[in-house]
Formats: sequence, structure tokens, C-alpha cells
Amino acid sequence: MNRIIKFIVLDILRNKIVLIYTLLLAVLSWAVFSLEDNSTKGLLTLLNVILLTVPLVSIIFSTIYLYNSSEFIELLLSQPIQRSRIWWSLFFGLSISLIFSFIIGAGIPILLYAPGDVGLMMLMVGISITAVFVSLAFLGSVLTRDKAKGIGMAILLWLFFALMFDGLVLFLLFQLADYPIEKMMVGITALNPIDLGRILILLHLDVSAMMGYTGAIFKDFFGTFLGIIIAFIVLFLWIALPFWVSLRKFKRKDL
Amino acid sequence: MIEIKGLHKEFGKLEVLHNVNLSFQQGECIALIGPNGCGKTTLIKSILGMVIPGRGTILVKGQDIRKGVEYRRHIGYMPQIGRYPDNMSIGQVIDMIKEIRHSKETLDEELLEAFQLKKIFDKRMRTLSGGTTQKVSATLAFLFDPDVLILDEPTAGLDPLASEILKEKIISEKQKGKLILITSHLLSELDDLITHLIFMQDGKVHFHQSIEDLRKLTGEEKISKAIAQILKKSNNE
Repeated sequence: MNRIIKFIVLDILRNKIVLIYTLLLAVLSWAVFSLEDNSTKGLLTLLNVILLTVPLVSIIFSTIYLYNSSEFIELLLSQPIQRSRIWWSLFFGLSISLIFSFIIGAGIPILLYAPGDVGLMMLMVGISITAVFVSLAFLGSVLTRDKAKGIGMAILLWLFFALMFDGLVLFLLFQLADYPIEKMMVGITALNPIDLGRILILLHLDVSAMMGYTGAIFKDFFGTFLGIIIAFIVLFLWIALPFWVSLRKFKRKDL
Repeated sequence: MIEIKGLHKEFGKLEVLHNVNLSFQQGECIALIGPNGCGKTTLIKSILGMVIPGRGTILVKGQDIRKGVEYRRHIGYMPQIGRYPDNMSIGQVIDMIKEIRHSKETLDEELLEAFQLKKIFDKRMRTLSGGTTQKVSATLAFLFDPDVLILDEPTAGLDPLASEILKEKIISEKQKGKLILITSHLLSELDDLITHLIFMQDGKVHFHQSIEDLRKLTGEEKISKAIAQILKKSNNE
């Protein structure tokens, strides 16, 4: 498997888009930290920027890369290589390269300016979110043969998780304001990996004091060690499940 | 060497292969012909495991192709339209396949020399003409000295010189006792190559005969005329 991953990683790292992505993350992170006078404020700004850009780039780049690799996949398939091995290699290749970009671009400034729990948590969240959206890209691109449709689906998925989901939750909150839904809200956040990441970090910053009663319930859950573990398990499921479904589909696909 | 039993394949509602039963032996050079869309490429891709058949079994050297991928070590495949990663150079593609195969066998680089590919090793795949891409495909198919060669329209897009080189290579491999499966539209090209002929139509095998039998049956020397005669006969029936 390693040899194929090596080829894929080398191919991606030569890609200009990944280079630009790394630079963009670096410029944003350094700028945010040098503009804000305290690192908490910096982290908060950076959190929002990262939670928008990382999923977007991860899912769109992976989707396009997968469609453009159809030739490569065909070439490998005529060799004595298992289909699952090809698919795993592509997944690892893409995840490793994008995570590498994230660590170089955003990870270094975060660890320099905000060393400690929160910085580390932010790094873990960024890495997980990258892998989640790479995994979603695999699911999307195996479901449809048409490149335009596939990219459209990727954009919609990103829009849904990054923007629309919060709107829906807010709507629910207002509609059901009279009921005790605070505990349910914890469950609902599990349905969106971006929100999960956001809450994990917010609760480790002092701003969580301003989040009201729901915030207190969240803190009760996500603030504990067990809560953090469960949150990361859910994030892991977000990586594993879409990829697992895509792998099953890919094994039966006609090329 | 290759056994195909009761092979069925549907793409949605369209039935592309209907109960195909074929058996190929060592030393045969088989031409697979038929009108466009008759299922030739699907049949080939089924053998290679790129298309998953609906029903039926395929055995390559006695090994069921669903039970593993090692059988592909014995197959060299030249696709109809070779598609390669755009950003890789010819040399990189060949090196990559070599490295992935991790083959310890001696490599057959005869075509690499004959097509003079070494001179253009640095050229990116994207910039190559259709003919040059075909040369790369042919080189890769023969590179690992496989026992079975599957060539999908091998001479399409090649210039007369290259196509002659390839034909000579095919003949010399045939004499080594390899199994060669060719699909082609240009029947005149195949006259001096093939030993058996398969004619497919609408996903069914119309006939599968040796060339001698075919010539005896129809009294024609040329394959194209012999086929025309058989088709006329079956149309009249």
C-alpha cells in the first residue's frame, strides 16, 4: 500500500492548489495572531476562519482529485492490485497531504501563539475535520459518475454543514423554546462535525460563560474528559462511516 | 487457460452480455470481432475485473477471478484508449507500474526500444498524441512478459511503421506459446496473425471457430469474406 500512497502524496504535494491552501492558512493564522492582542481572541477568530475554509477546501479538492484520478484508478486496476487497496491508498494519500498542509499552515502558528490545551484541541479538531470532509468527498464521488454533479454535491454538503445546519438548529430552538430541549441539543450537535469541533473549542475558552443555560448543559457534557472522548469518537465515526460506505460501493463499481 | 461460463452483464436495463461461454487455450491468437456496442470491451473488462459481471464465472489459469487479484499478474492489457495521469511523464508512468508490480521477473523492454520511447521519457502524458499514448500502452502490456495478452484495438491510431512493429511482436509472442486476445475492426490486418475467431453480436457469441474450419466451411481464403458469407447465411435463415 505504501508505494501507491507515496505516489499519490507526491502528486498532490506538487499540486499548486495545495500550496496555495497552505499559504492561505499560514497568512490567515499569522495575521490573526499578530492583529489580536490576546491569544484567546485570536483563537476565536481563527476558529471561525478555519471551520469555514478547511471543510471547503478538503471536500472540493478531494472530489476534483478523485474525478481526475479516474485514469490512474483504471491503470492500477489492470495491475494485480485489490480495489480496496487502491481506494484506501487514495484516502490516505489525500488525507495525509491535506492534514500536512493544515499543520504547516495553521498548526505552527497555533502552537506558537496558543500553546497548551486549547491550541492542541484546535489542531486535533482541524485534523479531524479535514479527514471527515475528505471522507465525505469519497462518498459523493463514488455515488455519481458525472463530475459536475459530484462537485455540485460537494458544494451542497459543505453549505449544509457550514451554514444551513446552524440555521435549522436556530429555527428549532426558537420553535421549541418552551420545551426543555437543552439536553437534546447536545445530541443534535453530533449530527454536524463542524459544530462538534466548534463547541469542543468554545468550551475550552472563557467565552463559554456567555452561552447561557444551553451553554451550561454543553459545558457539563463536553467539558468533562468523557465528553471530549465521546465527541472525538463521534468525529471518528464521521470519518469512518462515509468512507466505509464509499468503499463498499467502489468494490462493486463498473469502471 | 481462460474459461468463461454463463457470463451475464446488464448496465441498468440494457443487457450487454448474454450467456457468454468461451474457452481459450495456450498458443491461441483469438480475434474478437463484432459491430460497435456488441459487448467486446465489456467482455474484456470483465476478464480484467474492471466490470463486475452479474452472473457467471471466469477462470484464468484455473483461478476464479473473484477470489483474488493475483491472476492479473499473468495478464498484459492494452486498452482501446489508454488514459494515464496527466501530470506524469512517460518514464514516471513506466517506473511507477514497475514499482507497483514489484516484479522480479526480467522485463521485456523490446517495444520500449522499438518505439524509441526512451528519447521522449520526460514528456508529460497530457502532451502526447493518441498514437504515442498507444505506444506506451503497448509497451506496458508486454513489459512483464505475461502469459495472456489482451489487446483492445491495438493498431488503432498507430502509424503504419509502429503498427508493423507491434504486429511482429504479437506474432513472436504467439510463437512463444502465449494466449493472445485481440479485438479489432480492421479484419485485413488480422489475416496473418490469428488462429481463432469469435464473432459477437448483441451481447451473444455468434460463433467461435478456428480459422482453418472457417476457411473450409466457406471456401474463402480471406477472413473478411468468410465472415461476410457466414453473416449473409445467418441473415437468410
